[in-house]
Amino acid sequence: MSTATIDVHEAPAGSHVNYLNAKYGVKSWLLTTDHKRIALLYLVSITLMFFVGGFFAVLMRLHLIEPQGALVQPETYNKLFTMHGVIMVFFFLVPSIPATLGNFLVPMMIGARDLAFPRLNLLSWYIYVIGACFTLYAVISGGVDTGWTFYTPYSSSFSHTSVIPTALGVFITGFSSILTGLNFVVTIHKMRAPGLTWFRLPLFIWAIYATSIIFILGTPVIAITLFLLGLERLLHIGIFDPAIGGDPILFQHLFWFYSHPAVYIMILPGMGVMSELVTCFSRKKIFGYSFVAFSSLSIAIISFLVWGHHMFVTGQSIYAGLIFSVLSFMVAIPSAVKVFNWTATLYKGSISYDAPMLYALGFIGLFTMGGLTGLFLASLATDVHLNGTYFIVAHFHYIMVGGAVMAYLGGIHFWWPKITGRLYPDGWARFAALVIFVGFNLTFFPQFMLGYLGMPRRFAVYPAEFQVLNVMSSAGASILGIGYLIPLIYLTWSMRYGPAAGPNPWGAKGLEWTTPSPPPTENFEEIPVVTEDAYDYAHSTVTRG
Amino acid sequence: MIGSLQFGWNFLCFAAMQAPQLRPEAASSIAEGVDHLYFALTFITLFFTFVIFSTILFFMVKYRRRAENERPPDTGEHLGLELAWTIIPTLICAGLFVWASSLYFENSRPPSASTEIFVIGKQWMWHIQHPEGVREINELHVPLGVPVKLTMTSEDVIHDFYIPAFRVKKDVLPGRYTSLWFQATKIGTYHLFCAQYCGADHAEMLGWVYVMSPADYEAWLAGGSTSQSMQQAGEAIFNKLGCASCHLSDGTGRGPSLVGIYGKQETLKSGDKRLVDEAFIRQAIVNPNSVALQKYPAIMPTFQGQVNEEQVLQLVAYVKSLASEERKTDAK
Repeated sequence: MSTATIDVHEAPAGSHVNYLNAKYGVKSWLLTTDHKRIALLYLVSITLMFFVGGFFAVLMRLHLIEPQGALVQPETYNKLFTMHGVIMVFFFLVPSIPATLGNFLVPMMIGARDLAFPRLNLLSWYIYVIGACFTLYAVISGGVDTGWTFYTPYSSSFSHTSVIPTALGVFITGFSSILTGLNFVVTIHKMRAPGLTWFRLPLFIWAIYATSIIFILGTPVIAITLFLLGLERLLHIGIFDPAIGGDPILFQHLFWFYSHPAVYIMILPGMGVMSELVTCFSRKKIFGYSFVAFSSLSIAIISFLVWGHHMFVTGQSIYAGLIFSVLSFMVAIPSAVKVFNWTATLYKGSISYDAPMLYALGFIGLFTMGGLTGLFLASLATDVHLNGTYFIVAHFHYIMVGGAVMAYLGGIHFWWPKITGRLYPDGWARFAALVIFVGFNLTFFPQFMLGYLGMPRRFAVYPAEFQVLNVMSSAGASILGIGYLIPLIYLTWSMRYGPAAGPNPWGAKGLEWTTPSPPPTENFEEIPVVTEDAYDYAHSTVTRG
Repeated sequence: MIGSLQFGWNFLCFAAMQAPQLRPEAASSIAEGVDHLYFALTFITLFFTFVIFSTILFFMVKYRRRAENERPPDTGEHLGLELAWTIIPTLICAGLFVWASSLYFENSRPPSASTEIFVIGKQWMWHIQHPEGVREINELHVPLGVPVKLTMTSEDVIHDFYIPAFRVKKDVLPGRYTSLWFQATKIGTYHLFCAQYCGADHAEMLGWVYVMSPADYEAWLAGGSTSQSMQQAGEAIFNKLGCASCHLSDGTGRGPSLVGIYGKQETLKSGDKRLVDEAFIRQAIVNPNSVALQKYPAIMPTFQGQVNEEQVLQLVAYVKSLASEERKTDAK
């Protein structure tokens, strides 16, 4: 994108006045309204939550090395998988890309100085932290054992654990999502730079826009659901427990009405990141821009109509099952279209193998596997056998970890020089991408096989015939765990010791790369004027630097 | 051409289905059909993953960056390609949907002449009762080659009755009845799991399914230490609770006669018509006012808490038997 006048100074990081060195002190961070600083606040908080949730996962996998359980009591194991799920879903995956990269990049990509409501943005972060504190309190006060799905009547009338603090934490954090979504929608509508029409927007913005719609429409439903759960648990008002006049299946309808779209909250922003990475590292305009853009929107819409595929074996009517099955097949199509377009973008490109690109390629492979195995679960006859088994666990980890986390890491590696003004060691980054890819597949591929062989999920102990595959999975998990620690180390290292990054180390297009690294507080000295399409690499003279 | 494709396809599926490590034992009439679909899906997954991966690898090598100043020209958009890779996956999905749904449809409907067995899930065990009165815990004995229909409910939380070798699974819900059916095709002993997380000992809520020859099954039933059938047990509860004081069999009581009521359409106070089935009878026992019949005063007290789910099932069996008695008299 050509911009009016951004004179890029080839100064070493930190020497110019930028958002990081403009002010110092704890207060300047905790009271900031700068979207870039808030993005970093989120980055620190969700990284902390990721490693807490990951720690629980490692304990679970260690426990499952032995059929009779190697480490903990069944009650403790049940708490481990519950806390792992709650933390990873609500406190890492949902906010991951939108709250960090989205916060940092939405104004920069559209040529704005901040989000539409900067103080609301800071409030979102505080709400997130308060929610996270409730949930962490629940962990310390003995944990919760309902599964992250909180199914009733177990959660409302039977569990003796900290259900209320956990649900309250999730309830509170939901408001953070709603406010962030609202902020993004208004910003994208109202604050685009002159000349930046909808169809010149980077696809990351389209993806964040679609995600924001789900945030706004879906999150209130989970809030209502958890509120009703609290009413039943505290006041014994019969809503879900049939013993006091409730309907246990109603909870699942409400829960999945949010939580299925929430899957797309987790993956859509990752798809947006992918479009940025694939174009930059093949120096090509995205193939089929409008198809990729509209597939994001159609995913966002159809995702609200597929919740019943979580409930094929609850005794819901056969005909409801048929409808939800056909809609679930339909939601697979736009995802497939995206994969084909990314692949076609590589055609006749100039492809480099920088670390972010390796994460991107890992994403395409793992997401393809995750998406295709979703067909097994949209198919009624096979879902009956696979529902509730390790096949489900493998499938959604391929989407959420293989897809969303891989894209998140790819995005972090891509924009890290912009965010921090420093370069990280590229060799280590490529090595970590490889370790994560191998570790991931070794962890989760055996779980597909375990699932078809009939091993149910959430089993603290299991029949001995499943041991070999479980040991393979546990071995993979330890590799994966190391794979995630490596970037933590070298990225932290690079913040102090990394060589200074120029404004555009990848030779990438996009307004964010026209600013110095790190950008100044106001992002752009002058608001840029956009005169060309996104990803116009063919006519660009931008070079790495 | 199509014939050889068909042959190759069947060969692939057949080969995969022979591999012992890839699927659990197939011991019911629906298992082979489900496995066939599963392996078809597996091949579709492997095929597309391979196509996409190899295309990417090919492009990565062929179009690798050779000079830092390379500026590849635009390849533009291509509507034909976009349509092709939208329509072809749609057609594949449509085919899979039809295949999977019709199989599910067949698999969901029990044959009319099924042996009925009753299941109650309870933290953390399975109670099973045969109509003849034999009860078992965490074990289910079934005859080979006979369709068996399970009617299931839970005393507490949601459980899920899962027999991997039969490829059947259904949630077991408190407050309502669900059912599943199967026809065992291989004598043996198979896992029974709870597949819906239900609390501390969820992973220990398991049992075994014993498939026996019909003769062995009869012998096993006869050897059970039971004094009365479910229907007789239900009749005893019926009398003990004094149900007969209102539900007179000649229809002159304060409540409706229960003779022949099972399987009929009845009109409720709201004017709605409801079929009197197992779920209706259960509801009439635990929450009678919600299904009070039009022609009768809504005066029946609830029996929730006085009878457990097993006794409710026995009462249901007794009411059902009254229906068949009436049919017998009609036939005469």
